[in-house]
Amino acid sequence: MAADRPRLNLLPGWAAPLLAAPAAVGLALFFLWPVGTLLARVLEPGSLTRTLRAAGIGEVLWFTLWQAVVSTLLTLVAGLAPAYVLARYRFPGRRMVLALVTVPFMLPTVVVGAAFLSLLPSSWHHTAQAVLVAHVYFNIAVVVRLVSPLWAAIPFDITAAARTLGASPSRVLRHVLLPLLRPALWSAATVVFLFTFTSYGVVRLLGGVGTTTIEVEVARRATQLGDVDGAAVLSVLQLAVLSVVVLVASSRQRRAAVALAGAEFTRRPRGRRQRVVVAGVAAVTTAVMAVPLMTMVVRSLRLDGRWTLVAWRTLGRSEFRPGVSLGVDPLASLFVSLRFAVLAMLLSATVGTLAALAIALARRHGRLLDVGLMLPLATSAVTVGLGVLITFDTPPVDWRAEWWLIPVGHALVATPFVVRALLPALRSIPSARRDAAATLGAAPWRAWWEVDVRSIARPFVGAAGLAAAVSLGEFGATTFLTRAGRETLPIAIARLLARAGEVPRAQAFALATMLMAVTALIVAVVERPLAGGVGDARGA
Amino acid sequence: MWGALAGALLVPSAAGCGDESKGGTTITLVSYSSFPDGGTGINEALDEFSADTGITVRIVDAGDAGTMVTKAALTAGNPEGDVMWGVDNTLLSAATKGRIFEGDPVAVDFGDVCVNYDIAWFAERDIAPPATLDDLLAPEYADLLVVQDPAASSPGLAFLIATVAAKGKAWPQYWEALRDNGVEVAGSWDTAYFERFSGAAGGSGDKPLVVSYGTSPPAEVVFADPPRGDAPTGVAAGTCFRQVEYAGVLRGTEHADAARRLVEFMTSERFQRELPLSLFVYPIDPAVVLPEVFTRFAVVPDAPYTLDPEQIAAGREEWLEQWRRIVLD
Repeated sequence: MAADRPRLNLLPGWAAPLLAAPAAVGLALFFLWPVGTLLARVLEPGSLTRTLRAAGIGEVLWFTLWQAVVSTLLTLVAGLAPAYVLARYRFPGRRMVLALVTVPFMLPTVVVGAAFLSLLPSSWHHTAQAVLVAHVYFNIAVVVRLVSPLWAAIPFDITAAARTLGASPSRVLRHVLLPLLRPALWSAATVVFLFTFTSYGVVRLLGGVGTTTIEVEVARRATQLGDVDGAAVLSVLQLAVLSVVVLVASSRQRRAAVALAGAEFTRRPRGRRQRVVVAGVAAVTTAVMAVPLMTMVVRSLRLDGRWTLVAWRTLGRSEFRPGVSLGVDPLASLFVSLRFAVLAMLLSATVGTLAALAIALARRHGRLLDVGLMLPLATSAVTVGLGVLITFDTPPVDWRAEWWLIPVGHALVATPFVVRALLPALRSIPSARRDAAATLGAAPWRAWWEVDVRSIARPFVGAAGLAAAVSLGEFGATTFLTRAGRETLPIAIARLLARAGEVPRAQAFALATMLMAVTALIVAVVERPLAGGVGDARGA
Repeated sequence: MWGALAGALLVPSAAGCGDESKGGTTITLVSYSSFPDGGTGINEALDEFSADTGITVRIVDAGDAGTMVTKAALTAGNPEGDVMWGVDNTLLSAATKGRIFEGDPVAVDFGDVCVNYDIAWFAERDIAPPATLDDLLAPEYADLLVVQDPAASSPGLAFLIATVAAKGKAWPQYWEALRDNGVEVAGSWDTAYFERFSGAAGGSGDKPLVVSYGTSPPAEVVFADPPRGDAPTGVAAGTCFRQVEYAGVLRGTEHADAARRLVEFMTSERFQRELPLSLFVYPIDPAVVLPEVFTRFAVVPDAPYTLDPEQIAAGREEWLEQWRRIVLD
C-alpha cells in the first residue's frame, strides 16, 4: 500500500526539525539528562549481575510481562464494544458514557483502588486476577478513546458494501473493520501495555506478595532498602524492554495506516436491533464504570453505618474539633491541581502537537522522536524523581524544589498522549488530498496548513483535554518530587488515606469525589466538538 | 485576557512560597509526607518559634520516611534543606552511613507498631483477644490476622522486626506457624486497616486482627463523628515494636545556627506537647503531659520489642527475602 503513504512533503527540510525542537529539548532537559545523571552516579560494574541474581527477581520480571500481555489483550477485547457504540451512534447520554469511561483512567489508582478493592470478593484479594480486572477497568478508556475516532471515520458505505456482497457481521469485523482499525488498535495496545507493564498503584493495593511488577520493585529497592543502584538496573531493564515494544508497535502502526477521508460517520440507532445493541452496551458500560466511582461518593457520605455530611462539612475547617486539625487544605489543593493541569495542558498540547506534525513529516527521525516521547511513561517515577533531585541541584540549574517542576513533570507524562491522539489522524490523510492542494496551486506551507494541521483540529481538543486530566490525576511523578506547600488533590487524598479514623477516611473520599467531578467536567467539555457527528463531516 | 490568565497561572500559590520578605533567615525543614505543613498544633508551635527568633521555617515534603532518607543520602553534603525530621530507628543506620547529618541526630518522638483488635468482635464471641506474639499462633485466632508486606510497608517491616527481636534465630519458624495459622498479607497499611480489618470505623473488612499503630485507638476516638466515649479497637501489648524518630541538622546547611535552634526547639516542651494530636506519636520527653484521649485509649507497652539500628540495617534485606520465601510457599 506504499502508494497510499503520505508522499513527498514539499516543505523545506528544516521544517520537521523546527517543529520537533521543543519536544526534543524538553525531553533531553527534563528526562534524558536527569535519568542519565542518576545512572552515571549509581551504576557500578557489578550492579547488573548482583541485581539480577537477587532472589525473586525472575518472578518479578515474569509477572510483569505476563500480566501486561494478558491485561492488554483483555482491555482490547473489553473496549471494542463501547468503542463501536460510541464511535458509530449518536444517542442521548453518549457524552456521559464517554466521560464515565474516561474518568477512572484519569484518577490516581491509589484513590479508586481502595473503593475497587472493597467490591471484589474476599477470595480475590491480593491475587493476580484482581490486578487484571483492575487493569481492564482503569485502561479501557485508552482503547475507547484511541479506537473510536478512527472507527467513526470509516464510511458506512464500506461496511454496507461488504454486507451487501454477503459477508456476515463477524466477517465484516475481521476482514473490513479490524484491518482499517489496526493503527488505532496498535496505538491503544501500546499505551495499555506500557501502563500495565509499569503498573504501581493497582499492584500495591490489589496485588499480593507474589504479584510484584518491576516498577514496584524499583520503588521498593530505592525507598525501602536504599538500594538505588539495584533500582537503577531494574529501571533500565524496564526501559529497554518497553523501548523495543514501542519501536515495534509504532512501526506496525505506521504500516497499518490506511487513508480515510477524515470525515465522521455517526448516526442515530435505527431499528429495534440497533437500539437494543446501543442501549445494552451503553447500560453495561455505565454500570461497570460507575459502580466503583459511586462507592467513593457513598463512602464520603456514610460513617459507621449512618448517612452524614460530616466529612464534607469539616473539609474546609482548619480545626476538626478544638485542638485537633487534619492539616489538609482541600480547597487550596483543588486550586493547585487545577493550575498545574492548565499549565501542563498548555505545555503538552503545544509541544505534543508540534511533535506530532514533525513525526508525520519526517519519516525515520520522526520515529525516533515518537518513541523518545514515550520513554517517560516507560521509566519508573522514582528514577526520574531521584535524577531530577541530583541533576538540578547547583546554580544556574538549582531547580529541585521549584514549583514548576511538577507541571513540567505532568507535561512530560501527558505529551505522549497528545501525540498518540493526533498521529492516527495525520497518518490517515490520503496523499491525494495533499497532491490536490499542491495541484490547485497552494504553496507548500499553505497546503500543509490546510491539509495536515486542519485535519487534527478535532482530535486536538480531545488530546488537550486528555492532557489536562492526566495532570489532574497524576500521582507517581508528583510523589517523588520534593514539594513545599504545593499539595495536589491526589497527594492530599493519599495523605488522608494514610491515617486512622473514620472522618479522615471519609474526607479522603470526599476529596476523591471532587477530583472525579472536576475530571468528568473537563472530559465532558472537550467532548463537545465530537458530538457534531455527520453534520461536521461536510466541512472536512 | 491571555495575559491575565498566564499571570494567574504562573504566580506561585501564596501557600507555596513568599515567606522571604521579612528579612530574617528562612530555613527549610525536610520531612515525611504525614508531617502537616499547616493548621495543626505543631505548625502553631513553629509559628511561635518564628515570631520569637525571626527564623522562618519552610516545610518540604520528601515522600515517605524511606524515600526521604534515600533522597538525603543522594544529596548528602548539598542537602535539600537545613533540618530533617522523622528518620526512625529502622532507617537510622542508612542515614548514618549516608552521612546526611551534621553531628548526631536527636530522638524526638516514639510510637509502637502493634497488633490491634476489634473489641466488639471478640466480645460478641466471648473470646479473649490475643495479647502476645505466641497467642497469635493459637487455633482460636486462626485466619483472623492481617499483616502488611514488610517489603512494601513500614508497619509491616516493624512487625517483622518485632518477631525477629522476640524469637531470635527461630523467627522463620514463628512465621511458618503464623502462615499455617492463616495469616493474610496485604500490600499496604491502608488496605489492611480499612479494607480487611473489621474494627476500623468506616472500614469494610472482616478480619478482627491487624498490624497497625499503638495510637490507632485514640485516632479512632478523635476522628469519630459524633464524638465517642470509647475506642472500637484495642492493642495487643505483647506484640509491639518500638519506633523512635530522630531529627537533626543536615550536613552542608548554610544556616547551621538557625538549624540547630530549630532542632533544639523541637525537643522543647512547647513543641513536644503538640506531637500527640498532630502526628499521633508520643513526645520523647516523658515529662510532657499527654492529652486525655491518649492516656485513656492508647497503649504504651511496658516492654516493646526493639533492635539496634545497626542490626536492623545488617539483617533487613536477608529477613525480607527469607520472609518472602516462607509466606509464598
